[in-house]
Amino acid sequence: MSVDQATVRRIAHLARIAVKDEDVPHLQQELNAILSFVEDLNSVDVEGVEPMTSVVPMKMALRRDVVTDHAGAAAVVVNAPQHEDQFFTVPKVVE
Amino acid sequence: MTAAAARAKYIKGATGDWEIVIGMEIHAQVTSLSKLFSGASTGFGAAPNSHVSLVDAAMPGMLPVINEECVKQAVRTGLGLKAQINHRSVFDRKNYFYPDLPQGYQISQFKYPIVGEGEVIVDVTATEQIRVGVERLHLEQDAGKSIHDMSATMSFVDLNRSGVALMEIVSRPDLRSAEEARAYVTKLRTIMRYLGTCDGDMEKGSLRADVNVSVRRPGEPLGTRCEIKNVNSIRFIGQAIEVEARRQIAIIEDGGKINQETRLFDPGRGETRSMRSKEEAHDYRYFPDPDLLPLEFDQAFVDALAADLPELPDAKKARFMSDYGLASYDAGVLVMERETADYFEEMVREGADPKGAANWLINEYFGRLNKGGFTIESGPVSAKANSAIVQMVTANTISGKIAKDLIEIVWEAGRNADPFAIVKERGMEQVTDTGAIEAAVDAIIAGNPDKVEQAKAKPTMLGWFVGQVMKQTGGKANPQSVNELLKSKLGI
Repeated sequence: MSVDQATVRRIAHLARIAVKDEDVPHLQQELNAILSFVEDLNSVDVEGVEPMTSVVPMKMALRRDVVTDHAGAAAVVVNAPQHEDQFFTVPKVVE
Repeated sequence: MTAAAARAKYIKGATGDWEIVIGMEIHAQVTSLSKLFSGASTGFGAAPNSHVSLVDAAMPGMLPVINEECVKQAVRTGLGLKAQINHRSVFDRKNYFYPDLPQGYQISQFKYPIVGEGEVIVDVTATEQIRVGVERLHLEQDAGKSIHDMSATMSFVDLNRSGVALMEIVSRPDLRSAEEARAYVTKLRTIMRYLGTCDGDMEKGSLRADVNVSVRRPGEPLGTRCEIKNVNSIRFIGQAIEVEARRQIAIIEDGGKINQETRLFDPGRGETRSMRSKEEAHDYRYFPDPDLLPLEFDQAFVDALAADLPELPDAKKARFMSDYGLASYDAGVLVMERETADYFEEMVREGADPKGAANWLINEYFGRLNKGGFTIESGPVSAKANSAIVQMVTANTISGKIAKDLIEIVWEAGRNADPFAIVKERGMEQVTDTGAIEAAVDAIIAGNPDKVEQAKAKPTMLGWFVGQVMKQTGGKANPQSVNELLKSKLGI
């Protein structure tokens, strides 16, 4: 599997990463190199093998339904570039 | 489904019949104290960003830990939908950017949902019942809320809802009319309210629907569908389906084609509009969330939840019909809300005849509640008092007409009112004593010789005499006795 330059631009856009035109060929090469490494895995026969989701056999921990956490609005918005009356404010987005 | 084909519900276009095909995705807010993956409160109506943990705000390094109760609520709902419960399910990331989604992805379930196929039995009308297939139910996070009208240039974002657990319930395209769609959502809501898994409060956004609508010629394959997003009332769901179907039919009949797209319903204008989303909006690039292990539980976990389920509406309705001899429609109305069913059963326990109690509630008391803006719980008359009224009507202690006067008095007197005592104090008992009724009848006949003559020629005049006698006796005479006496004395 390999990606073309249009796909590189598309992935960058979906991830909201600004990529200059002159960087695209280089990124395409890097991505394709990674993909060809990963492709080596295809040579392993995994027929009937369960996907491993954790290196150690453990089950997901469950939390009791109690309210334990409220950072407080001031702490939540403090690092935001802009906020007003405890709201985050962002450039207007309307569908 | 063959049942769907059998119940032809076509609508007329300019060039012939059309069939509407509807499938729905219902987003139901899980009833829980804290969020799906954080310990922040789910409480409604709090100050902006005050119910937000650093997990919900997606601060770096924060990790999700799943809320056990939300898992239980999803399983309970699955059991209520008679659905397959999956002992192993997986959480995935659904990736997209929007200011009210701080993570840049929603944690959802894509390939392996917690609940698989199920079924909902829906009463569409008093005589028509349909089965609607449920494809799946999965758990996911809600997003925050963006407010666009607080400033001309900025959108305001409140993350209080961010991370609250939702159940997305996906139906099969088994619905064929707006009426069926409304009845389906109503039934789902009833089931979840019985289970206590979602409060169903549509005004607070606890239940929202995405509605998929397409049209086709009867017997033909499915048409191209449009998805109407985020419809937030049962009435609007019905309206949105009707206008969208009309729009699609008009396009096809004019020789056009339907574009598969997402639309919004505007209730003010009574139309749907294209959302014109960006072309890549649907490229969500789902992948398993590496912060979460698969969700696994055993059958014992499911069995324990099943053992604690309340009696569900279908079972309750069947019991009301078999134990109390109620008609299907009446039983259906009474079980719509668990509180109403409980109220009815309390009336019966207090001694009311079940059919009498059902009639009284449906034909008299519910109308009064509606008019006054009350629910069965906030209404001013106790089940015990309504039971007393029904008992007195059944025993012929008071007439049906007096019962209506009596409920007015009890309504004003409040929850502790004792209708038995009120009837005694105010002398409202029905006069069944024939002597007293006869005296009143004789007096009316003697006082109106002209009317008596008329009545002999025109028997419908009897009604006037009955009215006069009832007036004279303050409405307390037994109407049947009055009728019989008048007929014999007037010779008609």
